[in-house]
Amino acid sequence: MRESIIMKIHYGTALASIGLVAVHILMRLTQDYAESLEYANVIRNYYFLPYAGMLEIILILLSIHGFIGLRVILLELKQGRIYEKVISYSCFIAMIGLITYGTRTIIMVNMG
Amino acid sequence: MTQIPGLAEEHTSTPLSSSQSITLRIAKYNPVHDTEKKFMEFNIPYEKWTTVLEAILEVKKHFDHSVAVRFSCRQASCGSCGMLINGKPRLACFTKISELNSNIITVEPMNNFPIIRDLAVKFERLFDTHHKVKPYIIRDDTEITTNTKEFLQSPEEVEQYIQFSNCIKCGLCNSACPTMATDSSFVGPQALAQAYRYVADSRDKGKDVRLKIIDESHGIWRCHFAGSCSQVCPKGVDPAMGIQLLRGYMLGFRS
Repeated sequence: MRESIIMKIHYGTALASIGLVAVHILMRLTQDYAESLEYANVIRNYYFLPYAGMLEIILILLSIHGFIGLRVILLELKQGRIYEKVISYSCFIAMIGLITYGTRTIIMVNMG
Repeated sequence: MTQIPGLAEEHTSTPLSSSQSITLRIAKYNPVHDTEKKFMEFNIPYEKWTTVLEAILEVKKHFDHSVAVRFSCRQASCGSCGMLINGKPRLACFTKISELNSNIITVEPMNNFPIIRDLAVKFERLFDTHHKVKPYIIRDDTEITTNTKEFLQSPEEVEQYIQFSNCIKCGLCNSACPTMATDSSFVGPQALAQAYRYVADSRDKGKDVRLKIIDESHGIWRCHFAGSCSQVCPKGVDPAMGIQLLRGYMLGFRS
């Protein structure tokens, strides 16, 4: 994949994340902040399907953004064709792994 | 620190005579047999117009002939005498001692370049990356054919790139770049600024080719916009701005 496409995804996911994470944080203000972080209230977020969907989108966006960022940092630390391939594929696999595990958590909690 | 007394009397040149003097610390390093950089100190008289290059040449004439320094035009045109002067990349011929406001002046080779010896560094990689971005007008036609002898430009079109054509390839921007310090494969601000210089030229038709060249894992996207390249340029070129404008082309904000 061309580097410009990767960076467009990087910037795009950052912008989208800002909006959704803002909504996620603002939801804490709908009730007392400490109360909103209590176990029962956190679990209730997962039962509410639109909110669970938003959490899933945030998970995907931040995973993509974070692992592209990590790849960039690691590419600047060290250079070499094999090293770069290992880093790129490792970051992609780790990203898929994190999204899969997070999605599994959201689905399992949502389904009770 | 090693204090070198006068090594040789040279009667053919006139030493600088002034009531003012500075301590000039010169980094000495030969990668063939030295493990680390050492500094030698010299007491050099100066006038208010004396440049750092003249002070170094004074050392070469009267104290230590072996100091390796590259220079040529002495008027900030050739880009040969770039070095770290009191920690900042500057042209030695373009830096007056009096403007440094310091009694101790330390000169070292530029960062991010392999050292040949003392203050002289290798420019091969700078020239390679410069050449890589195709720093020339690319066109299918030629100005030799009839009726296309001149490619006229409006003042506004010239304004788009003219400051970037002032680059003298001195390497100060690459030396100041923090990305180049860690990423040895990074194209660098000099080459990217030159890529912009030709992409923004209305006579040029090689935009797509150049954008493709710099759109790689160690290309334009590795710039973190520290802006240090623009701060140190002795010719007033703003590579950081050129890089951001190039990104505008790649993100579709400019055409």
